[in-house]
Amino acid sequence: MDDLLREFLTESSEHLDTVDTELVRFEQDPNNQQILRNIFRLVHTIKGTCGFLGLPRLEALAHAAETLMGRFRDGLPATAASVTLILSTLDRLKAILADLEATGTEPAGSDEDLIGALDKMSEGTVEAAPAPAPVAPPPLPDPVVRELKPGEVSLDDLEAAFLAAPGPDEFAPEPVLAEPAFAKPAVAPPAVAERPAAPAPAPEPAPPVAAPAKAATPEAPAAEGEAAVSKVQTIRVNVDTLEHLMTMVSELVLTRNQLLEIARRHDDTSYKVPLQRLSHVTAELQEGVMKTRMQPIGNAWQKLPRVVRDLSSELGKQIDLVMQGAETELDRQVLEVIKDPLTHMVRNSADHGIEGAAERKAAGKPARGTIRLAAYHEGGTITIEISDDGKGLDLSAIRRKAVERGVASQADIEKMTDAQVAKFIFHAGFSTAKAVTSVSGRGVGMDVVKTNIETIGGVIDINTQLGRGTTFTIKIPLTLAIVAALIVKAGENRFAVPQVAVLELVRVDKSTGQRVERINGSPVLRLRERLLPIVTLTGLLGQSDGAEVDTGFVVVAQVGRQRFGILVDEVFHTEEIVVKPMSSKLRHIPLFAGNTILGDGAVVLIVDPNGVARQVSQSAQAGSIPVESEVEETEAGDAKATLLVFKGGNSTFKAVPLSLVTRLEEIDASKVEWLGGRPLIQYRGRLMPLVPADEAITIRSEGTQALVVFSDGERAMGLVVDEIVDIVEERLDIEITAERSDLIGSAVLRGRATDIINIAHFLPLAYDDWARGPKKAEKRGSTLLLVDDSAFFRDMLTPVLKAAGYAVVSVESAEQALAALQANARIDVVVTDLEMPGRSGFDLVAAMRGADQRLAGLPVIALTGSVGADAVERARSLAISDLVAKFDRSGLIAALAEVDAVTLAQAA
Amino acid sequence: MMQAANTNADAGATTEFVTVFVGETMFGLAINRVHDVFIPAGVTPVPLSPPEIVGLLNLRGRVVTALCLRRRLGLPPAETEGNKMAIGLEQGGETFALVVDGVGEVLKLGADTHESVPINLDARWRDLALGVHRLDGRLLVILDVDALLAFGGERRGSVAA
Repeated sequence: MDDLLREFLTESSEHLDTVDTELVRFEQDPNNQQILRNIFRLVHTIKGTCGFLGLPRLEALAHAAETLMGRFRDGLPATAASVTLILSTLDRLKAILADLEATGTEPAGSDEDLIGALDKMSEGTVEAAPAPAPVAPPPLPDPVVRELKPGEVSLDDLEAAFLAAPGPDEFAPEPVLAEPAFAKPAVAPPAVAERPAAPAPAPEPAPPVAAPAKAATPEAPAAEGEAAVSKVQTIRVNVDTLEHLMTMVSELVLTRNQLLEIARRHDDTSYKVPLQRLSHVTAELQEGVMKTRMQPIGNAWQKLPRVVRDLSSELGKQIDLVMQGAETELDRQVLEVIKDPLTHMVRNSADHGIEGAAERKAAGKPARGTIRLAAYHEGGTITIEISDDGKGLDLSAIRRKAVERGVASQADIEKMTDAQVAKFIFHAGFSTAKAVTSVSGRGVGMDVVKTNIETIGGVIDINTQLGRGTTFTIKIPLTLAIVAALIVKAGENRFAVPQVAVLELVRVDKSTGQRVERINGSPVLRLRERLLPIVTLTGLLGQSDGAEVDTGFVVVAQVGRQRFGILVDEVFHTEEIVVKPMSSKLRHIPLFAGNTILGDGAVVLIVDPNGVARQVSQSAQAGSIPVESEVEETEAGDAKATLLVFKGGNSTFKAVPLSLVTRLEEIDASKVEWLGGRPLIQYRGRLMPLVPADEAITIRSEGTQALVVFSDGERAMGLVVDEIVDIVEERLDIEITAERSDLIGSAVLRGRATDIINIAHFLPLAYDDWARGPKKAEKRGSTLLLVDDSAFFRDMLTPVLKAAGYAVVSVESAEQALAALQANARIDVVVTDLEMPGRSGFDLVAAMRGADQRLAGLPVIALTGSVGADAVERARSLAISDLVAKFDRSGLIAALAEVDAVTLAQAA
Repeated sequence: MMQAANTNADAGATTEFVTVFVGETMFGLAINRVHDVFIPAGVTPVPLSPPEIVGLLNLRGRVVTALCLRRRLGLPPAETEGNKMAIGLEQGGETFALVVDGVGEVLKLGADTHESVPINLDARWRDLALGVHRLDGRLLVILDVDALLAFGGERRGSVAA
């Protein structure tokens, strides 16, 4: 195949893709002359080039399509049928081009069907059109020679007419590049609009047609287009050339690093300056070459408007595709990998996500569904979101299916959070679609999507709400070739940790404040009032000799929502490293993402944060859940809670929500003092009362004594326990059978029956007035309505709220809440959970706002698992005073105080 | 030459082998597969890797996977840590370094001294050997480079994970 043809193929397929997109836009915005002109011009270019290259079949088709588009330009209304016809013509063109690419010759075949339909369509209301362009044939030379079907007399005339209109002006500067943006700006749009197909005699009809094709070839660099030379600002470069350049730059970076390393060791200043210069130039060169590899993500989206349009008509749904951030750039290698997954996910959204118009109306949603694609940069990664406002994932169906397919047992399924359940759609062969459609539902795809994304070091997350829609969030690295990495040492070896995943570094030392503590052997670190699970790199790599290492650095890393610390011995510096793929013999090791050569010539392994994260969560879930699951943050699932498990009395297991715990202490038992028969210790300059967690516990008199410290403002209490066992994060299923006031109930945690203690019982034992609340005197006796479907949270929050001085009425559903509000006129403030089965918190507030004046004006504080922008928006529209994260006790108290202040101010 | 009759038939067909040593045993590698002979230095061990793999090393700017012929053959570790040598091999666009105890001369051998692999050889060796050459006073085991490099990978991975 000659170069000319190859050029033509590349260019034409790009043009066709653009036309695809533009046509869909045009259909929605039929009055936009700009779009139409663009389409027209592109098709015209294709037609012209075909004629030049002697490809009659393509040319005839392009011509017929162009004719119809010319009619649009003349004012023929663009109907869905006509756009569909043109789209299918484009498909035919693509098919022929594909054949052409494969065989080098135009395939035999007839396009009479399409051409006939196109002609019919263009002739349809032609007569009504104000400017019947083709009927005024000025004598012209045949611009192109080709076979035409009989009876197509007016084609040449048409041709001439179209050439005369926008053609020559736009074509001359355009030849070498594909981007429509380079169309000569001098073209005056209004002029074209006014005389759309004025049959003015074209000055030089033939050259413009030929020009693009000729100029596009290297042999004939704009022979006839003098103007073209000065306007050419882009050239086509073979991808291989770029790749080679990239490899060379990578090598250069390596060599520079080596030189820098040598310079670091020698004190000869004479070559420091040139070396610095070299360093700068290399950096710039690297950046420049990286830029050539960058492409806007819009390139991967180009086909989507068409896909969605076709799906809408096929499925009989009305779907809008909104694309944001199409200009966001990323490495073309990455782009290639995510292209297909994105298309697949959009198809999925259209097929499974968006409901039919009738169903949507019934659900109170606008008839047109929306699929939103958004891309933006975030640190060294690019985030892509695909969201739809459809019906969301049917989690109960997924649960059923998972059990049916034996992916997980019934018991496990019940323990899982919604987020975990949603992840099942990434399992191979998993589809809950009721019917297999031609679009999707065959259960292939999402697993491939996930695999594809993970191979490029990306992560994918799902957020779904039944009836509201689904959002997929994909985070991928911008580039795969060169990354900034932290060089660390663990054991005998150095490793590189990609900087992207690193949040911060914490130095740990037994003697300083930051030290690694152990809960049942698992190391944890207190980091700003939170416990961070720690893994040692040597431990992960199976090199640990079992000794407990406590000094070194903790690399705090975050992957998705999971945050963890990697304990290493030393941290050296940050270096730009060139990622080299792992050998095929080593690729199976999940902990490594590749290897690199450092400045000193040594090979180091690149730690894959994703792999580490998986190991962390696996060890955290050891044995309990056989499927992949992540340690979600506490706020994420409303039924999932992080609990501190301890042994208290007769070796029974007890647990308390970790969110209530201020800190864990091991004190020297001899420090315990007894005052008036009550045990106390001096703790942070104050006396802290100690309360045994169970009657069976005796406070030790020697050795160390484990304490769980709870505090509230100035006060602190130490709960005496035998031993702190573990921190577990599980979906709680509490059986509230306990008749003892010190227990809320019992639950199965990690397969062990565990009592959940009721902190409200212990606080008054430490301070007689705690339950009544020290601040009570200042407060008028406000009554608060607490609405939460979970008994556990009601029981957990009630003492907290009581302590803050409120009389608490608690109910478990929106219905009960409304009844209580009607019945009890003394309720001053409502605290409600937003996520409840049946009527949600929002529904409740909406009902209140629509009720009588008293309820409509009542302040409401909403508790939510996740604070999203839309939730905030909705809360604002419902005049909800504050949105508080579900476990944020102090936040809740602060919000209540604010509400009180406002109410008082209004009263005054 | 006891089998002089055979020699005539294959007189012209000689193959060159690079000889390497593991302990006292001499092995031969087809010379067209050998890209390099070098002293391995600065080997970075790879945790969790298959046991045959010694680690990764930098060979003139390329990252090379080093594997130990001794371990590949299932032999016990050497008693004395002498100076090791490495043979650069390529397969499927990747470079490997075969770490051996020593490298000998290049031998040009005809088919006359070639024998098939004795059937009583250890199964592991049988899989790796292409044949044996009878030399004066010693035997040369010809190794199959592709078989040498066919190990590890996914199968082990599933166990490790």
